[in-house]
Amino acid sequence: MRASLGRILAIVHKEVLQLLRDRLTFGMVIGIPLMQTVLFGYAINQDIRHLRAAVADQSGSQRARWLVADAEASQVVDVVAHVPTAEALEDLLRRGTVSVGIFVPEDFERRAAQGGRSAAQLLIDGSDPIVLQAARSLAELPLRDSGRAPPRAVPGAPAFELRPFYNPERRSAVQIVPGIIGVILTMTMTLFTAVAIVRERERGNLELLITTPVKTPELMVGKIVPYMGIGLIQQTLVLAVGSLLFRVPIRGTLFDLYLAGFVFVVATLGLGLLISTAVQTQFQAFQLTFTSFLPQILLSGFMFPFDGMPRPAQWIAEVFPLTHFVRILRGILLRGATLGEVSRDLWPLLAFFVVTMGLSVLRFRKRLD
Amino acid sequence: MSETLAIGARETLAIEAHGLTRHFGDVVAVDHVDLAIPRARIHGFLGPNGSGKTTTIRMLCGLLTPSSGDARVLGHRVPAEAESLRLEIGYMTQRFSLYDDLTIRENLDFVAEVHSLARADRRERVEALLAEYRLAPRASQRAGTLSGGQRQRLALAASLVHRPQLLFLDEPTSAVDPQSRREFWESLFRLVDQGTTILVSTHYMDEAERCHGLSILHEGTLVAHGTPRELTAAIEATVLEIEAEEVRAARAALDGLPEVLSVAQLGTRLHALVDLDARDPEALLRDALAAAGIAAQVERARPSLEDVFVAATRGRTT
Repeated sequence: MRASLGRILAIVHKEVLQLLRDRLTFGMVIGIPLMQTVLFGYAINQDIRHLRAAVADQSGSQRARWLVADAEASQVVDVVAHVPTAEALEDLLRRGTVSVGIFVPEDFERRAAQGGRSAAQLLIDGSDPIVLQAARSLAELPLRDSGRAPPRAVPGAPAFELRPFYNPERRSAVQIVPGIIGVILTMTMTLFTAVAIVRERERGNLELLITTPVKTPELMVGKIVPYMGIGLIQQTLVLAVGSLLFRVPIRGTLFDLYLAGFVFVVATLGLGLLISTAVQTQFQAFQLTFTSFLPQILLSGFMFPFDGMPRPAQWIAEVFPLTHFVRILRGILLRGATLGEVSRDLWPLLAFFVVTMGLSVLRFRKRLD
Repeated sequence: MSETLAIGARETLAIEAHGLTRHFGDVVAVDHVDLAIPRARIHGFLGPNGSGKTTTIRMLCGLLTPSSGDARVLGHRVPAEAESLRLEIGYMTQRFSLYDDLTIRENLDFVAEVHSLARADRRERVEALLAEYRLAPRASQRAGTLSGGQRQRLALAASLVHRPQLLFLDEPTSAVDPQSRREFWESLFRLVDQGTTILVSTHYMDEAERCHGLSILHEGTLVAHGTPRELTAAIEATVLEIEAEEVRAARAALDGLPEVLSVAQLGTRLHALVDLDARDPEALLRDALAAAGIAAQVERARPSLEDVFVAATRGRTT
């Protein structure tokens, strides 16, 4: 009994010594709970404010201006653009520049006076469920008779008629599946390449490779090319399942979809490669990959709406490839956007690839010192 | 006149190094090593583990940057011109560094492709190497399932794919049976006949014996160099062989003598290295053994490389 206890303590002691010496694991013991708590706190915010909105006011009436001002005062929306027509509003929605469009028709005053039907329209990007829910509170806004607070409700129909776009049935599969393509690609692509270089190092193959005439960029490119193909296969699989099983629409062109997918795959491969040059063992590569994966899932807008997050979280999220790809996917799949219309989110992916690839090449030395 | 002579000398040297030094933190792994290794020879680095053999080889390949000193390998300065040097050298690492999950042929093909061999040449070269190193029957077997000797032949073949002029072999025979070792050395001599220079590190005396030239390394410093014959001739000690019934007692009796540099047991015999200054070493040992009441025969012996190694590394340990 005593001997057994002694042996257990010996193992405990050895384990603690090893843990203290493994700086990465030890860092994760401290880092992961802190990071998770902060990220979840940031990301999970169902009380959505500051949705980006555009206004097309064709009535030019004072009451319409009051209505828009009240909508802004509610903090649910921030008006970022004024456009002349309903078509222009829809265009902004499709590009993902705004998620709410406020349309005030020419006959706004007449409709308001008549009552019985809504005087204005809210065009909403229905590809994000929580945006839809937040916008509904706007629809309840009363119309004013005067500019002085407090507003007095005019009896009759609500001011806004709700027009959810792109997912009128509000099916959650339609909202989730496009993001899942990005999530799956992020996880597998990063992991594959994260172990790519370090596996050679662990198995002793690197000593052979660095004595050959292979140049560092050649090695890096050669490492990621096969995974580009794998990425496209995975994209096809998730897309096929989403489309056949969950009836997720593909409103844009397949060409745009695959081109965007390719750029995204390349960006995540760059991240994996960078991880691979930073770690010493495959296990560390796994750890670091999952550490990088967590904030991407939480902050990308895949699980929680981007607009609901505080500014610092949004800035961090803008760095991640997944954030941009989720937007691109929703744009192309659900809103029928073209690649040109979502190019705003394409450039950051390319930039991300260039930076991670560049750093990987710089970090990797064809030397052992 | 002297100018042309110097250039001529340089061209016959495959490796030239002056004051080659490498630190790892506070540890000096290689300490001011000078080398002059002629072409078309097998040169051996002899030394125990941790003596700096691998570090020196890595510096000469351009894989490690020397902390100080400089080296020219096949006329290229290292590590500055390491990239161009890589086309002309082969390196067989101490640890098997080919791909376990590729077959023999796939491994050789890969190395050939990485070295940009033309397609036709590549096929011919790989076939030739498969035949030369008796790998052809197993060409489609994965490297991970090979025996030590087979792996070693594959590694040698792979390091030769691009027809290097200079071959670095880092303890190539450490996981190999004696029969395979003998065959391995025969293939090395065939390569030397074709003009290849070989630098091989080892801690086996019998392998060191086969080298044209030797450098004995000890704790990072070069303690002796020359041909095996020169080294045994120039040994700075008298070698005596003692045959006794009670070998361990005899050893104990000799160990304390100030003139005795070292005593090593070889089965029922002892090899004692005695200071050259001792006037009559045989008598000295006989007297010491007699005083301890041990019956023994003492004779002069031809120094072996091991004796040279012991004599060269003795007294530098502390």
